[in-house]
Amino acid sequence: MTHQASQRPGALAQPRSAKSSAMLARIGSALRHFLGNPLAALGLAVILLLVFVAAFAPWIATHDPITQNLGNALKPPSAANWFGTDELGRDIYSRIVYGSRVTLYIVSLVTVVVGPIGLAVGVVSGYFGGLTDAILMRITDIFLSVPGLVLTLAFVAALGPGLGNAVIAIALTAWPPIARLARAETMMIRSADYIAAVQLQGASSLRIITRHVVPMCILSVIVRLTLNMATIILTAAGLGFLGLGAQPPTPEWGVMTSTGREYMLDHWWLVTMPGLAILLVSLSFNLFGDGLRDILDPRNE
Amino acid sequence: MTEATKPLRAGTGTMRPGPSPIPIVYLKLWQATKFVGGIALTILCLMALTFFIGRVMPSDPALHIVGQDADQETYRMVYERLGLDQPIIVQFWRYLTQLAHGDFGVALLTGRPVIDDIARVFPATVELATLSIIFGAGIGIPLGVVAAVNKGKWIDHLVRLVSLTGHSIPIFWLGMMGLLVFYGMLGWLGGPGEVDVFYNDMVERRTGMLLIDSLIAGEMDVFWNAVSHIVLPASVLGYSSMAYISRMTRSFMLAQLNQEYAVTARVKGLSESKVIWRHVFRNIRVQLVTIVALTYGSLLEGAVLVEKVFAWPGFGQYLTNNLLFGDMNAIMLCVTLVGIIFIGLNILSDALYRVFDPRTRT
Repeated sequence: MTHQASQRPGALAQPRSAKSSAMLARIGSALRHFLGNPLAALGLAVILLLVFVAAFAPWIATHDPITQNLGNALKPPSAANWFGTDELGRDIYSRIVYGSRVTLYIVSLVTVVVGPIGLAVGVVSGYFGGLTDAILMRITDIFLSVPGLVLTLAFVAALGPGLGNAVIAIALTAWPPIARLARAETMMIRSADYIAAVQLQGASSLRIITRHVVPMCILSVIVRLTLNMATIILTAAGLGFLGLGAQPPTPEWGVMTSTGREYMLDHWWLVTMPGLAILLVSLSFNLFGDGLRDILDPRNE
Repeated sequence: MTEATKPLRAGTGTMRPGPSPIPIVYLKLWQATKFVGGIALTILCLMALTFFIGRVMPSDPALHIVGQDADQETYRMVYERLGLDQPIIVQFWRYLTQLAHGDFGVALLTGRPVIDDIARVFPATVELATLSIIFGAGIGIPLGVVAAVNKGKWIDHLVRLVSLTGHSIPIFWLGMMGLLVFYGMLGWLGGPGEVDVFYNDMVERRTGMLLIDSLIAGEMDVFWNAVSHIVLPASVLGYSSMAYISRMTRSFMLAQLNQEYAVTARVKGLSESKVIWRHVFRNIRVQLVTIVALTYGSLLEGAVLVEKVFAWPGFGQYLTNNLLFGDMNAIMLCVTLVGIIFIGLNILSDALYRVFDPRTRT
């Protein structure tokens, strides 16, 4: 950006610097807004805590998450085992701590895959229109015509159970809403005057898309991805619960609720604790995404 | 709508301005064809999708049928009978023609035609989903209205939190917590299953919905027992739909509350509750109906998990059982069926919109 501006001084440099200062002002006001929205800030805090816990799990956990200790099975919460122990005598607190790694792994992997794919499909579809749009949107519609979880289940059934396949299956079903969003944004941008101006200057489609369209719709896509993270967490946990996602003895939260189910009525902590962890994390992503949307997309309120 | 306005609207709404006006009948026919064609294409593509998902499956359906101990000859025969030696396009055509003839394959788990199995389990899910949506809409809509009217006050924040929690809570965990508290600790409600084991098979299944069947049979004991069993799963499932419905109601209301007609009604001196319920709420009914119809479809998704938790003998449990068993016939038909229901509800909500909102008619 600055490199180009210095190459072509004058008329073009002016709006660029104005744009960047406007950007700064926007980020500043966004920050202020954010601090004024305690729930969103709380969500962000919990997410940061999750990352911290995942990164330093070996130091935060008090026990090994996998090693069994049958003599100490099904003990209620105590000073030694803060959240109690499960049917194999493993410390539930430590398993939840290590489970944060699994959750973070799934969420980040799916998001990294889904974001670019959804963005690419949506932007290409919206920018070129016509037959390209018709074909791409037809494909998107098919994926959207079945509820997400059911389609994910079908993919997992085809691929076989397991953490890696669960990630693939979730990614396969999570991109269409992103593509829809990116397409809608692109179609609004496409007819803007500045795109016509760039087109008249002879810019290639690739250049227009990457330099002028994508930067404009990336914010909404990021908001949507953040909100999607909550759904991803719930889907992954649901798959784990059904026995189709992560497999025991992986300390995945959904798997933990599933194995604890048998002992639930007499030993409440087995199911309660990992479920609370899922709820807390997915609620935080929703709060954070909600706050982000309020800031970045003033059209909503 | 009068006849005079019709041609104008149809002409401007859907066609580019052309040199010669096309007779309305053809236009309508063309629209109808496009509409039906679009749906047919989507369903066809959906079947293609499920078919190809079924074919990437690593397990071998022929091996499933003949078993591990079969000799080479038998295996090859079954392999060819299933058409697995044919090109994939031919296989897909075969799959389509079978579907068109109503042959949906046999479920490996039960040995019965898949379609019979599904017909048997589906009513239980419909029963559950219907109660859930009644719960979800019955509580969600008033909550949304209250939140919108008190925008920014504590009650709005409370509704927002309740709704966000509904979006964030793992539904299977909520179900287990409900069982733990209301069945395990308090003993107020029935546990998993449709009725207590004692009442199993006591009434003749006519509709497949136990509440209705027991009423028809006049078995009030069974009925009340069934009620105590369905309350918990229905509220758990309904909570997620309530979260969505209340949120949408709030935003629909907010969009209307500042419109001029609402101000006019207030200026006229109507009481606030009359303004809200007689004027504003009337205008969002159409949007609400469509939202509720769409939510009903998404309940099928939650039903998969809820039915697993509550051992509910419905569609979701049938699907998960087959998932664990790896029966692609059953899974793919389930997915296709859910897709068709979903598409159908979409069309229905579109149609409702058209029926109730004259502005959208062409």
